[in-house]
Amino acid sequence: MGSQPYNEMALADGTTRAHYLRYAQWLTHQPAERLAQKRAEADALFHRVGITFAVYGQDEGSERLIPFDIVPRVMPLEEWIRLETGLKQRVRALNAFIHDIYHDQQILKAGVIPAEQVLCNSQYRPEMQGVDVPGGIYAHIAGIDIVRDDAGEFRVLEDNLRVPSGVSYMLENRKMMMRLFPELFSGHRVAPVDHYPDVLLDNLRSVAPTGVADPTVVLLTAGSHNSAYFEHAFLAQQMGIELVEGQDLFVRDEAVFMRTTQGPQRVDVIYRRIDDDFLDPLVFRPDSMLGIPGLLTAYRGGHITIANAIGTGVADDKSIYPYVPEMIRFYLGQAPIIGNVHTWMLRRQEDKDYVLAHLPELVVKEAHGAGGYGMLIGPAATQAEIDLFRKQIIATPERYIAQPTLALSTCPTFADHNLAPRHIDLRPFVLSGRDVTIVPGGLTRVALRDGSLVVNSSQGGGTKDTWVLET
Amino acid sequence: MLSRTADHLYWMSRYIERAESLARLVDAHYRMSLLPHAGATLAQSLSSTMTALHMEHAYKEKHDAIEPNAVFEFVTLDRDYSGSICSCLAVARENARAVRGSLTSELWETLNSTWLEARSIAALRSSRADIGQFVEWVKERSHLIRGVTIGTMMRDEAFHFTRIGTFLERADSTARILTAHQIDLVPGADASVVPDPYQWSVLLRALSAFEVYRRVFRDVITPLKVAQLLILRDNMPRSLLRCCKEVYQNLKSVANDQSAETERRAGEMHAMLHFTRMEEITAVGLPRFLEQFLARVRDLGDRIASDFLLPPAEA
Repeated sequence: MGSQPYNEMALADGTTRAHYLRYAQWLTHQPAERLAQKRAEADALFHRVGITFAVYGQDEGSERLIPFDIVPRVMPLEEWIRLETGLKQRVRALNAFIHDIYHDQQILKAGVIPAEQVLCNSQYRPEMQGVDVPGGIYAHIAGIDIVRDDAGEFRVLEDNLRVPSGVSYMLENRKMMMRLFPELFSGHRVAPVDHYPDVLLDNLRSVAPTGVADPTVVLLTAGSHNSAYFEHAFLAQQMGIELVEGQDLFVRDEAVFMRTTQGPQRVDVIYRRIDDDFLDPLVFRPDSMLGIPGLLTAYRGGHITIANAIGTGVADDKSIYPYVPEMIRFYLGQAPIIGNVHTWMLRRQEDKDYVLAHLPELVVKEAHGAGGYGMLIGPAATQAEIDLFRKQIIATPERYIAQPTLALSTCPTFADHNLAPRHIDLRPFVLSGRDVTIVPGGLTRVALRDGSLVVNSSQGGGTKDTWVLET
Repeated sequence: MLSRTADHLYWMSRYIERAESLARLVDAHYRMSLLPHAGATLAQSLSSTMTALHMEHAYKEKHDAIEPNAVFEFVTLDRDYSGSICSCLAVARENARAVRGSLTSELWETLNSTWLEARSIAALRSSRADIGQFVEWVKERSHLIRGVTIGTMMRDEAFHFTRIGTFLERADSTARILTAHQIDLVPGADASVVPDPYQWSVLLRALSAFEVYRRVFRDVITPLKVAQLLILRDNMPRSLLRCCKEVYQNLKSVANDQSAETERRAGEMHAMLHFTRMEEITAVGLPRFLEQFLARVRDLGDRIASDFLLPPAEA
């Protein structure tokens, strides 16, 4: 790794960056006992409110808190504006790409992306070919993972275009910070985030099927045992819409209805939080108990909007990711504002040779993996782990990509009882409908273990409040 | 509202009410166990109560004889027994969690923290001295949950289904407690006999009716008057009449296209209790009357489920 990671709070000479000055000054005046007490208070509150997530592979019904760190990640306005512009540009291009793939496939014809890499991808849904969706929008809600390299440059690590989660933590973290430290908010002009549910609802209503004057929107969840159930219930409540399971919906004459105590009621927009595979057992996985038989027929007939659309996975696959800067040039005729992380595609012979020769210093990921599973972090891996990955790469190179081990930027974080630098990333949530909108900031995730670069909550990561300072 | 949501709300409140009823029964028996010479009466009362609540079988699988402390522990903290207070609170909380978006955050947090605390108490396994404290706490939490429900929820369908669950469960519970006390109100029995005062105080205390009885009748406790108070008295919050009235009124507020017959039966039950005199009940015999009543409560529950909560799959 060699170079020092970018420190969000302090300059190389140890002085505090301008946008953190006021906070740092406040922090030096806080007695350790007060901070410890506030941390305990935060834990108790999160438990009482039930802001928990289920952990896969643990005892059934086990619920855990995502650790919350009380030191905010602070970002000056000019940094945010640049990021926001870049994110909007990227998501516009991604939506144009998905539309193109399911219509004329110009980008494939122009040879910018090899056709087989898109059309043979398991996330490509031939059922969507030629289907028109309202506004041509596919990824209505996008979670774009942003990291900062050692030069302080923002880079996109990953696009999440299927069912990105985490926004409820962004909202709850802010609520918690305001509850614990109200005095900080009178001294800082922190851009508010709590209008997110309103913006989301407005966005979902704006993509209802044509001709529906007052659309009924529902949120489709897999149920209370799903790891993100808290978020589903939270968002449905905040938007004032029904939280439905597959069993609550049915399709009749290509229209979708929900079963209510007053009889069937028509549904126009489904904000779904389950994967494509489970949506319609007649078309996708026949064993799915979560889906709605006949949904795809209603969808193809234009009688229901599904957000995100079916088939967006074709654009957030790690094997497609390296082409996103090309998409921006191709569809928008612009230079990308935020760059990618350099990525080797192991399906290419020369990339594979390089990666196999440098495994101990690289990060290797499965092209279709998510949640930090199925990943090799070279510098932290044992020889046995590296050998295992080497074998797997040689067997099925197309399943993997590799990236340099990034020195993710760090932010001071409470570790045990002291502040220590910990690596962070950022997931802003980009909403596309009538317009493209982003609530300032996003969810900052932090790797709590010393030296760890994995920020996923399923892998021991925590979260922080994210402040965009308005002045 | 979604049928599934109504179903969860209905069961959430039924289980909270069930936990409270159990806490009341344990509380009354626990107090009795502290009195000298209560032995035989206590054992008898516990045994008949467990029969009326269909608990005997599950209890006998784990314990040989009816021993008060074992019964108290079994009914309150035993997580392995699906009918214990702790299990009821867990089921109530699971139902609440499934529809937390339809609850006010105050109600959800109250239910959730009740469950969190019950879970940690159950994990500690309390000593005997704690049983009284525990059931006292359960009653308080139930009062609190009811208060938060009434004080924060909109008077919409969600509220009405919550109330239907509460009162249907309460009607069922009061009828079972009366059944357990095997009052000899059958034709020809001498209703003026003053029976074992311990047993009556358990019954009345379990239903918050001890002081009410004194106020209403200013008289010694007789079976006839107890039955009158707990069955036919309209302003007695746990009486069968009161419960049926609440069920009927809430049911009217949520009526749909197919619920007319259910509504009619609820109305009929209410009217029957409203216009019945004690002599008519003693003429058929109290045990038989209660048996018929419980069957009608069951029928009403089934009908509510098929009309509102689990409508048949639509084609």
